Amino acid sequence: MFGKGASSSKSMEIIGSEKKFSVLIVDDDPIIRKIHGALVSKFTTEIQEVKNGKEAVDLCRSGASFDIIFIDKKMPIMNGLEATKELRAMGVNSTIVGVTSCDLSSERNDFIAAGQNQCYEKPLTIEKIKSLLSELNKNN
Amino acid sequence: MERIQMRRQLALMRQSFFDQGFLDEQFIQLEELQDDANPNFVEEVVTLYYRDSSRLILNIDQALERNPLDFNKLDNYMHQFKGSSTSIGAKKVKAECTQFREYCKAGNSEGKKDKLGPWRQHVAQGIDGRGQKKKQDLTWQNIVIDKSKIHTFNHQKNGCPSGITMFWFSM
Repeated sequence: MFGKGASSSKSMEIIGSEKKFSVLIVDDDPIIRKIHGALVSKFTTEIQEVKNGKEAVDLCRSGASFDIIFIDKKMPIMNGLEATKELRAMGVNSTIVGVTSCDLSSERNDFIAAGQNQCYEKPLTIEKIKSLLSELNKNN
Repeated sequence: MERIQMRRQLALMRQSFFDQGFLDEQFIQLEELQDDANPNFVEEVVTLYYRDSSRLILNIDQALERNPLDFNKLDNYMHQFKGSSTSIGAKKVKAECTQFREYCKAGNSEGKKDKLGPWRQHVAQGIDGRGQKKKQDLTWQNIVIDKSKIHTFNHQKNGCPSGITMFWFSM
């Protein structure tokens, strides 16, 4: 389930913890960005949003770093899989979580092969994020 | 007293959306995300959805006018529509998008074209109907639920996709 980047050196937070973590939300759908932003804001205040994979890559290339990157699969200009490969090639060791509205079972292998740590079906929920953070805390 | 009655009416209307299968659990998730820091969260998300779905339905309608049909393009539009509908909890719309995509995946056959024809007509009628409606101001001071704004694109009995149910409500 966890591929490259699972051993991120940054600390993670679960609700109630004092440690902060940063999140990047990558999705071309403004509704998803808004919903996922509101969800993630229950756990941390360090959130950024971009509209496609290229913007995510450019942001990381400019020096920004994130503990977790939630990335959509289907996006214009650069999709989630291409962006993930690019980010890994750049040496980004953030936890990258794919989110898809397609059937997850058929998508999972593509996500992991691209270098993502985990994948979920849209939309994210509080429970999915808690589960993710719990796994990350265990690994760290 | 009037405000209490309106709130009661609002609660009943809201419950009816769940009872009739228009909304699912995801909408409750949105409501739970609304708090003091995001007091208009649901209204903002729904507004975004209306805008996005209007655009997508227009694109779909234009795509349905083409001959031959570009099933890949239609499927892409439906994928987007399904995604946003899922995220807001629009259960029936999501189900119709899924069914429509099955038709698109079936490919370019005459039989499928025949089935899409009536759907195209209903979409066009729905867009025309929607164009005549005025969108109410989305403010908490104007809490109005108007049943007449629930547009249903009814389906034919010949196996055509069962239509898309759109709902407009002001909160």
